[in-house]
Amino acid sequence: MLSLFTQFADWLAYSIFGLSPESKWGSALQFFIEDTSKIFFLLIVMIYIIALIRASLNIERVRDYLAKNNKFVGYILGSFFGAITPFCSCSSIPVFLGFTSAGIPIGITMSFLLTSPLINEVAVLMLLSLVGWEITLIYVLIGMGVGVAGGIFLDLIRAEQLLQPFALKAYQTADFSSDEQPASEKLTFRERHEFAKTELLDILARVWKWIFVGVGLGAALHGFVPESWFADNLGNGQWWSVPMAVLAGIPLYSNATGVIPVMESLILKGLPLGTTLAFCMSTVAASFPEFIMLKQVMTWKLLGIIFSLLLLSFTLVGWLINLLYVV
Amino acid sequence: MKKFEVLGTGCTKCVKTAELIKSIAAECGVEVQVIKETNPEIMMGYQVMSTPGVTIDKHLVHSGSIPSKGKIASWLK
Repeated sequence: MLSLFTQFADWLAYSIFGLSPESKWGSALQFFIEDTSKIFFLLIVMIYIIALIRASLNIERVRDYLAKNNKFVGYILGSFFGAITPFCSCSSIPVFLGFTSAGIPIGITMSFLLTSPLINEVAVLMLLSLVGWEITLIYVLIGMGVGVAGGIFLDLIRAEQLLQPFALKAYQTADFSSDEQPASEKLTFRERHEFAKTELLDILARVWKWIFVGVGLGAALHGFVPESWFADNLGNGQWWSVPMAVLAGIPLYSNATGVIPVMESLILKGLPLGTTLAFCMSTVAASFPEFIMLKQVMTWKLLGIIFSLLLLSFTLVGWLINLLYVV
Repeated sequence: MKKFEVLGTGCTKCVKTAELIKSIAAECGVEVQVIKETNPEIMMGYQVMSTPGVTIDKHLVHSGSIPSKGKIASWLK
């Protein structure tokens, strides 16, 4: 079914605009049209459907659930909920404090917060449609793996000692009594529809410009960077290309929506998968604006530890995938 | 006079919420005070996890979205 978008893009770029498929502009424009039309179509249909299903899931429920459950399952659940809970990065501070003051260990809260920017339904949909299910699966497993491992590590080093004093106090004095059990209200279809509509408009308003920027960059790479450039220069063997990619990703601040079309293009150009993933995840998860925000609840030392932890794990994952997955 | 607090870490939705309350209050001719509260410790006190949150005279009445005009009007009565 998705080949429809390829045909549409071929027709528009080559027949209507009269560009040649071999030309730089032709191939860039075709890429741009195909990806934007495909992404917008899928997002509109799928966000609506997913939102219908998940209308009754909210952050308060996730907190109650995580507070009640056993610690070891907790990291995985934290990371899992981080992936599926709708949540805007401007809420990370209140969510962090809400979890902490409910007595949820810092590690589990961080599993939630680390996974959250990396994986969400928009990212997964885009990956599925642009790079196929195999790479999507690898991406999701790495994202959750980094979240879970990061969380466990932070609890091992007793990261709560490095919180700001008021947050530490809230954690230590947490008494989470679930006496006010929120009645599991049954939503009518109408309410679900309203929720899904709001959610759809909300997400589209947030991501549409990222899609254009991301696909634009991807298209430029696709059209103008010579076919073998990446393979020749960053292809195989150079161990330093992965840490370089991770470092390059730090100052580039983007969300998953903007970076996935670039990722598609990099893979098509023969950049090894591990290097590509390391670069993209670093762009999405290791961003200064969000880290500075966390300063309100953490000390610099803890921020530094988490930041290094992310960079290190993306590098290791990059190397590992390059070793294991030779396209 | 009613005292509103808009809780949020400074995202656009919180700014819009504060403006909306002010403009509807002005329409209804009700005098209000609207403060934007960005201190995370205070947000924690209200147990707010999704912003923007709205309090009236220190009672939490709303959280998680920009409140609808109807809802704001009902607070002003």
